[in-house]
Amino acid sequence: MGDQLQFIQLEVMVVALGLLVLLADLFLSESARRSLGWVAAGALGLVFLLSFRESFVGLADGEADGEAFGGIYRLDGLALFFKRFFLLTAIFVLIFAMDFASRLKGGVSEYLAFVLFALSGMMFASSANDFSLLFVAIELITVTFYILVSFQRHRMHSLEAGVKYLILGAVSSAFLVYGIALVFGEAGSLKFDAIRDAHAELLENKVFLFGMLFVFAGLAFKISAFPFQVWAPDVYQGAPTPTTTFLAVGSKAAGFVLLIRLFGSVVPELTVQWTGMLMVVAALTILYGNLCALPQRNLKRLLAYSGIANAGYLLMGIVAQSGEGTAAILYYLAGYLFTIVAAFMIIYLVTRDGEGEDISCLAGLNKRSPFLAFALALCAVSLAGIPPLAGFFGKFLLVKSVAAKAFGDAGYFALLAVAVFGVVVSIYYYFGIIRTIYWSKDTSDDSPLAIAWPTRIALGLCVAAILYLGLLPNKPINWANAAAKIEAATE
Amino acid sequence: MDWLLIIVMLPLLAAVAVGFVPGSQRQAIRGITIGASGLSLLCALIAFLSFEIDGELKFETKVLWVESLDLHFHLAADGINIGIILMGAIVAFAAACCADDITHRVKEFHILLNVMIGGILGAFASMDLFFFYFFHELALVPTFIMIGVWGRGANRNYATYKITLYLSFGALLALIGLIGVYVQTGAESFSIPDLIAKVQSSPIDESAQQWIFPLLMFGFGILVSLWPFHTWAPLGYGAAPTATAMLHAGVLKKFGLYGLIRVAIPMAPVGAQSWLGVLAWLALGNLLYCGLVAVRQKNLNLLIGNSSVAHMGFIFLGIASLNVIGLTGAVLVMIAHGLLAALAFGLSGHLYRQTGSLDMSRMGGLLRQMPLAGSALLMALFAGCGLPGFANFAGEITIFFAAWSAGLKTITVIATWSALVIGGLYMMRAIRSILHGPRGDDWARASDVSPLIATALGLLLAALLVFGFAPGLLTKGIEGEVTKIVRLAKPETER
Repeated sequence: MGDQLQFIQLEVMVVALGLLVLLADLFLSESARRSLGWVAAGALGLVFLLSFRESFVGLADGEADGEAFGGIYRLDGLALFFKRFFLLTAIFVLIFAMDFASRLKGGVSEYLAFVLFALSGMMFASSANDFSLLFVAIELITVTFYILVSFQRHRMHSLEAGVKYLILGAVSSAFLVYGIALVFGEAGSLKFDAIRDAHAELLENKVFLFGMLFVFAGLAFKISAFPFQVWAPDVYQGAPTPTTTFLAVGSKAAGFVLLIRLFGSVVPELTVQWTGMLMVVAALTILYGNLCALPQRNLKRLLAYSGIANAGYLLMGIVAQSGEGTAAILYYLAGYLFTIVAAFMIIYLVTRDGEGEDISCLAGLNKRSPFLAFALALCAVSLAGIPPLAGFFGKFLLVKSVAAKAFGDAGYFALLAVAVFGVVVSIYYYFGIIRTIYWSKDTSDDSPLAIAWPTRIALGLCVAAILYLGLLPNKPINWANAAAKIEAATE
Repeated sequence: MDWLLIIVMLPLLAAVAVGFVPGSQRQAIRGITIGASGLSLLCALIAFLSFEIDGELKFETKVLWVESLDLHFHLAADGINIGIILMGAIVAFAAACCADDITHRVKEFHILLNVMIGGILGAFASMDLFFFYFFHELALVPTFIMIGVWGRGANRNYATYKITLYLSFGALLALIGLIGVYVQTGAESFSIPDLIAKVQSSPIDESAQQWIFPLLMFGFGILVSLWPFHTWAPLGYGAAPTATAMLHAGVLKKFGLYGLIRVAIPMAPVGAQSWLGVLAWLALGNLLYCGLVAVRQKNLNLLIGNSSVAHMGFIFLGIASLNVIGLTGAVLVMIAHGLLAALAFGLSGHLYRQTGSLDMSRMGGLLRQMPLAGSALLMALFAGCGLPGFANFAGEITIFFAAWSAGLKTITVIATWSALVIGGLYMMRAIRSILHGPRGDDWARASDVSPLIATALGLLLAALLVFGFAPGLLTKGIEGEVTKIVRLAKPETER
C-alpha cells in the first residue's frame, strides 16, 4: 500500500493543504488569515516543483507501467502534463483570489480550501483509468464548484449562477452515471483496460453505444460543447471572477483530459465510427460560440462564448484522432491557460470599482494603465489566433492535425472551413475589445489603476508565457509531443 | 554576409529601440526609424548589386526553430525575391520619410511602422513556409491598428473592420492551402526549396491539387484584391495613414502574388492548369471593372486605390498565362507597381496634409503651385497609364505578349483595350483636374514638399526610371527562376 501511495502523493499533498487551510482558519488571527492565500499558493508552487522529481516522474514508466490501485489509477505523460497544468492554474487562481478577498464575504479560507479540493479532483481526473475514479473525480470537481460559483451569497447574480450550475451540473452527472451504468452492463467492467479490449466487439451493441453517448454528453457539459453549452454564459457571468477563471481553464481542461483518454486510447475504434458526429459537434460548437459572442457587451459573458468556441477548436484535436492532434490540444490548452487567466484578472481589476462588466469600462484603459491595456490587447490578439502569439501556434497545430486527415474526406474540409469562418468572426469581436481599449473616446474614468505586486507579477508571467509559447515553440512542443506520445503508445 | 538577416532585423530592432525612447522625443523616434530603414535600404542595394545569377540561393541564414516540426528560420534570396526586397526597402525608406504627418502618439505609430517594415521584408526573404506566413501576419496586424488609430475620414472604423476581416479571411484560406501543401507532399519540412524538390520527384496527388490550388488562389487572391474580393482595397487605402498605404499597397499586397508564383504554381501545377483560366477571367474583372470604377472617382485616394486594384489585373494575367515571359512580366510589374503605388500614395498624402481634402473637383493648377510634387504626380500618373520609359510599361507589354502567346487571345484584346483606353482616361482626367487649369480656391496656401519627402519620392521615381530603361537588371535573375517554375508546371515545354 505504501508503494501505491507514492503514485498519489501530489493529490495527497493538495488535499492535506486544503485541510490545513481549513484548520488554520480556526487558530489564526484576522490579519494572519489574509496571508493564508500566499502560503497556499507558495505551497502549491512547491508541489508543482515536486512533480518534476526524478523519483516521481520515474513511476510513470516503472515496473507497474504507471498503474496503481489495481489499475484504476494511471500515471503517465498525459496525466503528469495535466497535473502540472492544473497546479499552475490553481496557483494563479489563488493569487487572483487574494486580490479578490475583500469581496468574498463568506470567508476567504473556505474559498481557498474549496479551490484546493477542486484542484485535487482535477488531478485525480487526469489519472483516471477506471469509470469509478472518473465519476468520483468529476463529482469532486463539480460539487466544489457549486459552492465556488455561489460563494458571494450577498449577490443575487452569484446565487442565480450557482443554482443554474447546480441544476445543469446535476443533469450532466445523471447523464454520466447512467452512461457508465450502461457501459458497465455491456462491457462487464469499469476498468478502461478491460473496456479497451472489449470495445471492438461492442461497436454494434446499441446499449454500449448509448452508454458511451451518455458519457460523452456528460463530459461535453464539462467542456461546454454544443448542445450542452447553455449553462456557460450565465454561470461565467454570475460567478466570482476567480471561480470563473478556474471554471474556464481547470474544469474545461479536466473534461478534455478525460475525453483524450477515453476517445483517444480507450475506445479508439468507436471514435473512428463516431468521427462524423464529433465533427458536427466541433463545428456547431465553434459556430455557436463565435456567433453568439458577436453581440455581447458583458466582458465575462463574451469570454464565456469565446470559451465555447475554443472548446470547439480543441475538439478538432480529438477529431483528428492522432498523437499529433492530442499534442495540439495540449499546446493549445497551455496557451489558453495563460491567456484566460490574464484576461479575467484584468477584467476584474478594471471593473472592481464599478458595477457590471460592460465592455465600455475598458475605454481609456491605455491611459489608466498602459501595462493592463497592453496585456489585455495581447490576450485578445492571442485568442484571435494571430501570430506571433500562443493562440496562433496552438490553432496552427490543431488545423495542421485536422488537415493531415482532410484529403480523402470532405467532412474534414467542411470542419476546416467552419474553423476558418469562426476565426474570422472572432477577430471581429476580439478587435472590438482592442478598439475600446485604445481608441474609444467616451471615457468616464481616468483615474490610474493601482495593481498589487503579486497580481502584477502573475500578469507579467502570463504575458511572458503567451509570447514564449508563440515565439519559441521548440521546447513546449516537445513536451506536448512527449505527453501525447505515451498516451498513444497504450493503444 | 547575411545581408538579408541585417535587412530584416534592422527595422525590428528599431521598433524595440523606439520602445525605449520617451514619447516626447519626436526627433529621436523619427531619426531611429528613418536611419534603420535607410541602412536596410543600403544593405538591400549592396545585396542587389553583389547578387550573382547562377540559380543558387544567396545570402542564406538558416537557424533551427522547432525541432519536431523541422521548422527553420530560413532567409535566402534568389532571382525573384532579390528585386522585390530591394523594392520593399526603397518603399520602406520612403514610407518612413513620409510618416512625419503623424502628429499624435508618434512613438506608437513608429513602433508599428518598424514592425510592419520588418514583417514585410521578412515575408519576402523567407524560404520557409511557416515564417513566410508568420512575417506576413506580423506586417498585417500593425496595418489594421494603424488604420484604426491614425486613419482619416468618417469611414475609418468601417474601413478598419472591412480590411481586417477580408485580409484575415484571405490569409486563413491561404494558411489552410499551405498546410495542405505541407501535409500532402509528405515532406517532414516546411522549407520551400525542399518541398519543391519533393514535388518534383513525387507530385502531390492530382485530386488534392484540385483542392489546394483554389484555396491558395483565392486566399492569396483576396490579399491582392482579386476581383470580386477587392472592395476592401480602395476603402482601406482611402482611410489609411500615408506611410501605411504606401507600404501596404506598394509591398505587402504583393505577398499574395509572390505566394502564387513561389508556392501555389510549383506545388500544385495540375491544379494550376485547371484553375488559371478562371484566374485570367477574374483578372479581366480587375482590369475592366475596377478601371471603370476608377473613372468615376472624385477623391484622389479612391482613384489611386481603384487604379491600383486594376493594375493587379495585369499581374494576375501574367501569372495566368503560365509561361516564362508571363511570369517574368508579372514579377516586373509587381516591382514597378510597388514603386508607383508608394509614389502615388506618398504624393496624395502630401496633398491631404495641405487642406485635409482630396476632392479632385476642388483642386486645380497645382503644378504651378507646387512644382516638385506636381511634376512627380504628373510622372506617377503617366507611369500609371503605362508610358514607355517607366518600369510599368516594360512589364505590362511583356504580359500582353505572354497572354497572347498562351492563347488567351480574347482576354488579351479586352485587357489591352481597357488598360490603354480606360487607364488613359482616368489618369488624364486626374492630371487635368489636379495639375492644370485655374487654381482651386482652398489651395492658395499649399506648399511644396519638404526636402526629406522630395528625396524619398525622388528615389522612388529614379528606381521606376532605372528599371524602366534597364529592365534587364531585374529580368535576368527573374527569368532563370521563373523558367524552373514553368518547367515544373509544364514539363513538356522546353521554354
